[in-house]
This record gives sequence, structure tokens and C-alpha cells, in this order.
Amino acid sequence: MKIIFTAKGTEWDSPMDPRFGRTEYFFIYDEDSKKIETYDNRAIENEAHGAGPKTSQKLAEYGADILITGNGPGGNAAAVLQQVGIKVITGAGDMTVKEAYEAFKNGTLS
Amino acid sequence: MKEIVVISGKGGTGKTSITASFAVLGGANLLVADCDVDAADMHLLLEPDFAGDEDFYSGEVAEIDQETCIQCGKCAEVCRFDAIPVVDGKYTVDPLSCEGCGYCARICPVKAITNSVQRVGNLYTSSIRTGTKMIHAKLGIGNENSGKLVAKVKNDAKALAEKEQKNYILVDGSPGVGCPVVSSLSGATFVVLVTEPTVSGVHDLIRVYELVKKFKINAGCIINKADINPERNREIKDFIRKESITLLAEIPYNENFTKAMTMGKTIVEFDSILKKIIVDSWEKIKQKA
Amino acid sequence: MKIAIASGKGGTGKTTLSTNLAAFLAEKEHVVLTDLDVEEPNSGLFIKGTLKHSESKYKMIPEWDSAYCNLCGICQEVCNFNAVLKMGKNIMVFPELCHGCYACSELCPKNSLPMKEKPMGELKHFEAAGLSFIESKLLIGEEQAVPLIKQTIDYVDENFPEEIIKIYDSPPGTSCPVIEATKHADIVILITEPTPFGFHDLTLAVETIRELKKEFVVVVNRYGIGDDSVEKYCKAEGITIIGKIPNDRKVAEVYAKGDLLYPALPSVKKVIEKIALFIQGERGDSGR
Repeated sequence: MKIIFTAKGTEWDSPMDPRFGRTEYFFIYDEDSKKIETYDNRAIENEAHGAGPKTSQKLAEYGADILITGNGPGGNAAAVLQQVGIKVITGAGDMTVKEAYEAFKNGTLS
Repeated sequence: MKEIVVISGKGGTGKTSITASFAVLGGANLLVADCDVDAADMHLLLEPDFAGDEDFYSGEVAEIDQETCIQCGKCAEVCRFDAIPVVDGKYTVDPLSCEGCGYCARICPVKAITNSVQRVGNLYTSSIRTGTKMIHAKLGIGNENSGKLVAKVKNDAKALAEKEQKNYILVDGSPGVGCPVVSSLSGATFVVLVTEPTVSGVHDLIRVYELVKKFKINAGCIINKADINPERNREIKDFIRKESITLLAEIPYNENFTKAMTMGKTIVEFDSILKKIIVDSWEKIKQKA
Repeated sequence: MKIAIASGKGGTGKTTLSTNLAAFLAEKEHVVLTDLDVEEPNSGLFIKGTLKHSESKYKMIPEWDSAYCNLCGICQEVCNFNAVLKMGKNIMVFPELCHGCYACSELCPKNSLPMKEKPMGELKHFEAAGLSFIESKLLIGEEQAVPLIKQTIDYVDENFPEEIIKIYDSPPGTSCPVIEATKHADIVILITEPTPFGFHDLTLAVETIRELKKEFVVVVNRYGIGDDSVEKYCKAEGITIIGKIPNDRKVAEVYAKGDLLYPALPSVKKVIEKIALFIQGERGDSGR
């Protein structure tokens, strides 16, 4: 299974970015191959409006199964993610990527 | 680090006075971010030094290079915003009407039009009188708050809070239900809704809470001027009970709010009874956040 | 005659002044009150009338027609607002983000993004004794107030004669929606409070209205509280204060119930009378 985290950095110990649309990075973990990829989304800072859909579009390229994030996504982003068919897990805003992954595995996130 | 965002759908509910009070109570342990950019008043109570001045750019506006322009008028034809009137016989952009869509620039046959980002205001990283710092902005006339500006204020606040190892970021949120308030809420750990028991207060509270709910953020509610209408007060309390929003405080109608403001003070520095109520709610917020 | 009532920040009494002034004037002549605070229209909470007419207001947005689309992506490229995105084999349109510039639609080589009407809000027209009340409300999630404000003003222009008094409750702030709501007015009444917040926001509002080169006057709400900074400022700047609504806890109580102030509070009625006289004077029919 491929999981995307919204993160503030590119390491397992990086804190999660609770925001979806304006997240700084994606941290992408492929459980099967154990491979990690990261994507620098910081250019989103320049978008006055519509950060959510734009970030969703980028996310779709990774073909992940699950998104783990903090609060979001808002209405527009949610519409895109639905189209992409990715499962959205929220409530991991205060954690590190690693903690979020563990919490997800333990079933404490939903 | 906890991020506490204070919002109120309607203006004039005392949101900024209450937020500034929390800033005083939080002291050096907390960083302040003013995202109510359209009516940024917090500086009147917290005395920032307007240091760290930085230009802020957002949105785009078209500009016609008159040297290159051949006066074909194609730009004015495609513009849906009537933003390219003919002034003194020349096609000219009216920046107040221009939405920055860039259509004119794309179809100009001689490439006389450039769409450039415009400076919309200033961004400050100030030291304030409570021994901490505040990120705030001032917009130019006719310039709109945006998700981008709010995100920038909050981002700068977060980076600084991390660097200075603060425990809390306190955000004075944007009004309304549009993009700026979405951006204000995004990333929050706890939302404080400030309202008043008036028809418009109740109406706007319900409208803005729809958004908070979407973001699945825990919320608390402060009812200001709680005693001016018992019936509406009950209505608010029923609503927040139903939505599992914590009742943080009921503040009675009190003109000391304004008196304190007039002296450039927050209410917790002025009225001991109100101080107790606000200290209590601040403690509750810290527990819940 | 068109009168726009505006303020720098929210909560200073814009709606209170608009509704009370309109209702008071309507006792003697036909008045049109229009709520242009389309994000949070609140005037209607104070005016009780019968619904005469309602209509959906539309904006034009592109709608994807997949039949001939070759997924070239030009639409996404030309959109400056992230309102059109190519997602795999689909084109997605986000109506709330769309400004209706037509670029994607008209630059599409396959005509696959025809512009279609999409509801952005609801206009309602009420009639009460002597008073016509128009309000428009944006649908939740709609972000652009300006097009709806424009269409609402057009509705009023089309349905009522030039000469009658038209009062416009404007949105708060100093950005595009306020400019749209005030730029057509003959005179702007700025309402403020005599407090540091009120004063600060008044200075911003004055800057905006001066930019628009509009005639304007000031009404002070909650007079008696706070300090004299607003009065001093108006004096120094040569700005006329046409009325001062006294500060009174009872005002807050009557307002909270959703009632008009002047029938219940003589002190407020006196001020509204004064403002009404000013308006009649502006129109040139002052008691001659």
C-alpha cells in the first residue's frame, strides 16, 4: 500500500503539516517496496487562492491509496481527492510522520 | 506547539479585544498572528514596533506598454471586467477593476501587455509590549485579503514560534466564510468562536461553524454581551451543546471593554471581574487545545 | 438618490443605521433599501415584509464537455485562479474559484469548455409599507461577492425610478466589494464608533472613499463611550458629522431582539430624524 503524508520536512522524524492544500512537503511511503519519495510543495505559497485543488492534482500523480494529514481538506480539495479515489485520514497534525504512520497502523487514526 | 484561532462570523463581537487579552495572559510564551487583515486593530492594544517591514505581493494586474501597443482594442474586447477603458484615446488598465485573469495579455497580438504581481501591502514582524512578537499586515486600498496572505502571516508566525520555542500561536482570524477564513482555520489545534446573543450573532455563528466542522477542529465558544438577550443566549447555548462545542465563557454586557480600549489596554488589565472570566476561559482553552 | 452606508470594520452599526433610516423615511415616502453585504446580509433580520419576488443570480462558468476534448491542457494553463485542472483524463472545474474571465472557454481549440450559467446566490425582493427591501445572499462557499453586488445594483436600477431614495447597506472593509457597492452612490455615509478601533477603521474607510472621489459624511454610533478622537479627526479633516447615535445598553437589547431602534428609543429617533433631514437637504427639497 502507498501512503502519502503531508509533512513539514522530508524525514520520518519531520513533523506533520496539519494543512492539506498548503502543505510544505509530501512524504510518500510505499509499504511494499519500503521506498520513500518526497515532493517539495513549497511553491504553493505563491497561490493566492485555490491551493487545495492544485495540491490535490499533484498528489494524484503518485497514485497512492491513503492520505494522512491534519485537518483538511476543504471542499474543493475533497472533490478532487474523491475523484482520485484516495482514502483520507485526518487527525495527525500534532505528530511526526513516523508517529502518524504508527498511529495509523494501530488504528488510532480514522 | 498549539495553534489557537479566534474567529467570529460577524464583526463587532469583541473578538479582537478578547484575542488581545489572551495575548496578555499568554505573555512571552505565545506568538501573535493577526489574520484579520481587513480590520487589523490588534496593534492598537499590543503596541507593535512595526519592525521587520516587508512588501507583500499577491494577485496580478495587467499593464499595457503604450510604446508597443497598436491600439487594436482586442484586450478590451475580451475583458469581462470592463477593466480596459479608453483614456485620452489610449487603451488603459483600471487596476481597481482588473481581476488579473491574464486573458488580455495572452491574446495581445504584439505582446504589449504584461500581467505582473502587484504589491498589495506590508508585512511586519513586530515586538509587542507583552514581551513577545506579532506578525501582522497592512493592505493597500482596494486590495483584498487572500488565503495567500493569511497563510503567509501564519507561516511566518509558525517559523518564528519554532525558532523562539514558543508554546502557543494565537491567531486573530479573518471574518466571513471565504478563502481567508479557510486559510485561518487550516492547521489550527483549537478554534475559539466569539459571538453575541443577537439575531445576526446567532446567524453568523451557525454559518461560520459549518466551516469549522468541515475541518474537524475542536471548538469553544465565548458569548459576549451574554445578558442582553436571554432568549438568543439560550439559542446559542442549545446550538453549541448540540454541536459539542465547549462553552468557554459568558461575558456580561460591560462598557469597560470600550473604556479599556480607549486607554490602549486590554480588558484583563482594566476590570478585575471581567479579568477573572477571561482568565478562566484561557485556562480552559489551554486544556482543550 | 443613492445613499451608500459603509464602515471600515464590521459591527459598528451599518445595518442598524440602514434599516432604521430606511424605515423612518418610508413613513413619508417610498424608499428602497438594498443589502449589499452579500456574504452576511443581516438587514432582513430587522425588516419584516412580504416576499414579492425572488430569483437566482448566476455567474458564467465553464462546463467541460468531454466529447471533443483532446486533453491538451491549454485551459489549465491559461487559468490564473486554479479553477480549471486537468486530472488524468478529466478536466475539473471549480466554480467557486472561477472569476468568469472566459479565457479557458474561448482559447480552447476544441470548444470543449462552453460557458454555462451557475447559481451564485439568491436575490429576494420584499415589500413592506412604503419600503421595498432587496437582499442578495451568496451561496456558501462562493467567494466572489463583486458579481452578485453588481447584479443586485442592476436589479434595483431596473425596477425603481431614478428619483426615489435608495439606501445601500454596504459590505464592511476597504476591498473590492465595498468599492463595488459605493462607487455608484451619490453620497456615502460612513458609520463609526468613537473608540480607537472605530477611529482607526474610519481613517481607512475615508482613504478608500477619497480614492473613489465620492462625497461622504460621518455618523458616530455609540456616542458617549470611548474618547473624542473621531470628532477631533473629523474636525481636522473637514468632515461633517451628521448624527450621533447615543450609547445605551437599551440599544443593544432592542437590536438583539431584531427590532428597529427608533420606534422604541426616542433618543435614537431624534438622531434618525436629523439624518433624514440632512438627506432631504442634499436632495434639495429641504423645507422650502
